[in-house]
Amino acid sequence: MPTTQENWNPGKSDNRHPEVSYEEKERLFLEVKNDPRYEDFLYGCYECGICVSTCPSARFYDYSPRVIAQAMAREDIERVYDIISEDIWNCAQCFSCLRCPRGNNPGGLVTLLREVAVKNGLQETKDVLQGYSRVIYKVMLKGNQVSPDMLQPDFFPDWGPWVGEFSKNMPVWRKAIPVDTLRGVTDAAWKTDRKTLLELYTIWFETGNMDIIKEIDEGLFDLLADVMQEELEEG
Amino acid sequence: MTTTVEEILERKSHAVTRDAEVAPTHDIREALFELEAKGEIVVQRVPENHVEVTTKYGRTKKIPIDHTWHHKSCGQCGHIPGYTSSIYWLHRQFNLDYLDPTDQTSCTGWNYYASATSNAAAQAAVMSRNFAAAYETGYFPTIHCGTSYGHYKEIREQLVHHKELRDEVRRILDKMGKPLVIPEELVHYSEWVHVMRKKFAEKQTVDMSMIRATVHPACHYYKIVAEDAIYDPEIYGGQRTATVTATLESLGIDVADYSTWFDCCGFGFRHVLVQRDFTRSFSTLRKIEVMKNEVNPDLTVTHDTGCVTTLDKSQFSAKAHDRNVGIPVLSDAQVAALAMGAHPFRVVQFHWHSTDWRPFLDKLGINWQKYWDEFQNDLELIRAGQKSGITWEDADKPVVYA
Ligand code: SF4
Ligand code: SF4
Repeated sequence: MPTTQENWNPGKSDNRHPEVSYEEKERLFLEVKNDPRYEDFLYGCYECGICVSTCPSARFYDYSPRVIAQAMAREDIERVYDIISEDIWNCAQCFSCLRCPRGNNPGGLVTLLREVAVKNGLQETKDVLQGYSRVIYKVMLKGNQVSPDMLQPDFFPDWGPWVGEFSKNMPVWRKAIPVDTLRGVTDAAWKTDRKTLLELYTIWFETGNMDIIKEIDEGLFDLLADVMQEELEEG
Repeated sequence: MTTTVEEILERKSHAVTRDAEVAPTHDIREALFELEAKGEIVVQRVPENHVEVTTKYGRTKKIPIDHTWHHKSCGQCGHIPGYTSSIYWLHRQFNLDYLDPTDQTSCTGWNYYASATSNAAAQAAVMSRNFAAAYETGYFPTIHCGTSYGHYKEIREQLVHHKELRDEVRRILDKMGKPLVIPEELVHYSEWVHVMRKKFAEKQTVDMSMIRATVHPACHYYKIVAEDAIYDPEIYGGQRTATVTATLESLGIDVADYSTWFDCCGFGFRHVLVQRDFTRSFSTLRKIEVMKNEVNPDLTVTHDTGCVTTLDKSQFSAKAHDRNVGIPVLSDAQVAALAMGAHPFRVVQFHWHSTDWRPFLDKLGINWQKYWDEFQNDLELIRAGQKSGITWEDADKPVVYA
């Protein structure tokens, strides 16, 4: 379509997701905008591109923290929907973009957008997080993310043959660590008291974090809720 | 009128004035004490035995020396246990009192940044619960993880600025009978290493003057709430954070510069686990290969678990593509411990690292095979049930290299 006086609409994007209504897109945008942290993260945008020059994801993907800041500042609802449904998952959360001379925090905006995407169970988000669910499971139940027994050659083939050595020797290597909270522990990062875990479960339920998980992966939610509720009742 | 390159260089050649009075950011500690005076929070004070350092805009930050509660890092403990054991080993060499708690969870920031299946209140409550747990023991928290440290500083800002968040976190902590505690300073372990660096040099037994190293400053250490990181006019003219670099220099290591120092390691939280093409490419092409091409270091040193993991593990597949890689990766604590004679396997735990570290130990004149054999013997005893594991009794004594 040629640009005319009538359709000249600088900065506004096309409707690339006609299956979602404008009202729904606007509702999601407002959910982000109404987060109390939003005002700490966005002040406007000079479009100077300093954030892009430092952003690892911009170097690797078709991704731009500048476009995120711009679209949010201009309240470009269509563009924000493109971003929330796809772009946000490319951000490496390194916060190099905090170099912004305007004081913006594009990485922080991405965090808010991700929260809203997860909370609203967007299909793209469910797809993206599928491969990540075992990490979510671990953190919810163990209180830490990385356990030594995750070092399996089939999961990390590109880390080289040494991964096979880790997993083969895991039980004995873990005993050969002088740190008291690590010695012999393979299914968690460190020894954690049961009381500590119960307090953590309380936090997950009280803050609505479990409802968020339900939205994104009902099977995972059922699994977690069963274990946690039983523990809390006994606890 | 255009500014000439000479003019820019001239401007940059002047000493940086760091004046806390004109800092462009507020001093969070003032806000903390105000909230404490109103009875809203408890501020845990830094213990008596501390060292004062200067942060980005010239403010003073107190770094505790002992009586510390060690907030461990998931990655450190899960993938690089020699990181944790080196930090404790260093404390033990000076008889410094520390606590290795079991009443600690991760900051859960990894999951939060990777997937956002959490929210502000949950993140703040996890942090506050950990800090309350430290406060109950009387020990002052020191945070091992760069991400936990940066994330907690961000949460501290949010707790100070948003009353609703404070109220929500207090409601949850009440259920556990815990107070809302925020420490007077958020301290990263590398800041402790930094203030101890001269003491390490006094006890150094391994000459490291033939070693050239590069430094990868961890993003979450100095990019999030940037004003709270340590800077020193003597290091890079005060233009970059001084931690790690100053430590290596104190140990006599030649620190070489390279052009992509500001770039992140490529970790990416979710990327390192499920989109590793990004992590691998970024860490090898933008970091390791640049270091190698520009200054060819014997090792690269950083101060966060994610960075050690990413930079270390990504090199295998880059090698398969004939890229110019092959730099061992260690933390500052591991290097300092090794310099003071920590056992390469019982303490530094080199065997958990993937990129070949043998040339580095060879260059230091350390007969690693001898210590590997010794360690294999430990493992045999453990396998045979004659030993339950390696304890500090086995690991405390420094090795005296021939
Ligand atoms: S936080 Fe995200 S947007 Fe910001 S520089 Fe890092 S990858 Fe780019
Ligand atoms: S650095 Fe800041 S002002 Fe410049 S383009 Fe990025 S967000 Fe906009």
